[in-house]
Amino acid sequence: MLNIIWLCMVILSVICSIVTGRTGELSNSVGNGADKAVQLIISMAGVMCLWSGIMKIAERSGLTGLIAKLLSPVLGRLMPEYKNNSAAMNAVSTNVTANILGLGNAATPLGIIAMKEMQKSNTLRSEPNDSMIMFVLINTASIQIIPATTAALRQAAGSAQPYSILPYVWIASGIALCVGMISAKIFSAVGKIKKQAINK
Amino acid sequence: MDKLGMYAVPAVILVIVAFGGIRRVRVFDCFTEGAKEGFSALLSVAPSLIGLIVGVTMLEASGFFELLTAFISPVCEAVGIPAQVVPLGLMRPVTGSGSFALLNEILGSCGPDSAAGKIASVMSGSTETTFYAITVYYGAVGLKKTRYTLPAASAADLAGMLSAVWIVRAAG
Repeated sequence: MLNIIWLCMVILSVICSIVTGRTGELSNSVGNGADKAVQLIISMAGVMCLWSGIMKIAERSGLTGLIAKLLSPVLGRLMPEYKNNSAAMNAVSTNVTANILGLGNAATPLGIIAMKEMQKSNTLRSEPNDSMIMFVLINTASIQIIPATTAALRQAAGSAQPYSILPYVWIASGIALCVGMISAKIFSAVGKIKKQAINK
Repeated sequence: MDKLGMYAVPAVILVIVAFGGIRRVRVFDCFTEGAKEGFSALLSVAPSLIGLIVGVTMLEASGFFELLTAFISPVCEAVGIPAQVVPLGLMRPVTGSGSFALLNEILGSCGPDSAAGKIASVMSGSTETTFYAITVYYGAVGLKKTRYTLPAASAADLAGMLSAVWIVRAAG
């Protein structure tokens, strides 16, 4: 995917610069862009390291496990097929906790384990069941307490209040999650009605 | 609301570090270990960030964003979306580092505390690389059919992005 996107960026910018007559600016921008990228990585490093250090303490102290335990019953209601499957629910709730705490590196492998556990008892075999889709939707809604990358970028850009956006981020991802869950329920119900109609 | 964000940061740090202390974790050693991991994670994405930031900078210098913004702004302004954030909205579900480079461009050109800068920040923080996540998770268990995952996830993304615009505008 990135291969195509990057190719488009390069080709589009060259064509565009010829149209707008900014070929000189374009050639300067190549070196500037690379410079800017390295400066940005350096100025972000502090905030990124800080949060991954803090979250490591949460992991080591068992706080992550505690939150996962608290979340488990809620998640069980959202994924009724696996409510009593402790191996699957364990992986699901640790993955969701890792997402909430912004432990991006830990979340994806945990999510894959959860999907594998769920697939074991998936009666549909070749397609995901409603609970598996719900799990993927929870993952794509990006529920997290501290969006560290965004905060680090804002800090690097010289924001007076890099963290002022936090409450907005919480509300927006909450709305996204609700819309995702409601549309999942609607799509699932519509699918069932269609199936019944075919069987008749 | 902005104040709440300022309290959240020290509160989160306090809770985590204090809990670590109660559980007898060697908090500082643990912190440095995690910080080291964060640093190597950042270094491992550095090459792709450099490539994509160069790409976005080239697009900016060529006048592409100005042309695009001029083209779409009548429609966007009508519904209250700053035209600058539209490319970010399109890029966000597809690539993390690509949208990161775009967010950086917006923060640089509009300012991080401007309305457009805030909307772009909220959009990035509140949505995920949806297409990437779907590919990775279903791919890991060999599922090719995804049923209604894509429409439901896209509805969620769209809702997240529109609410980013709406919340920032409502808060002034």
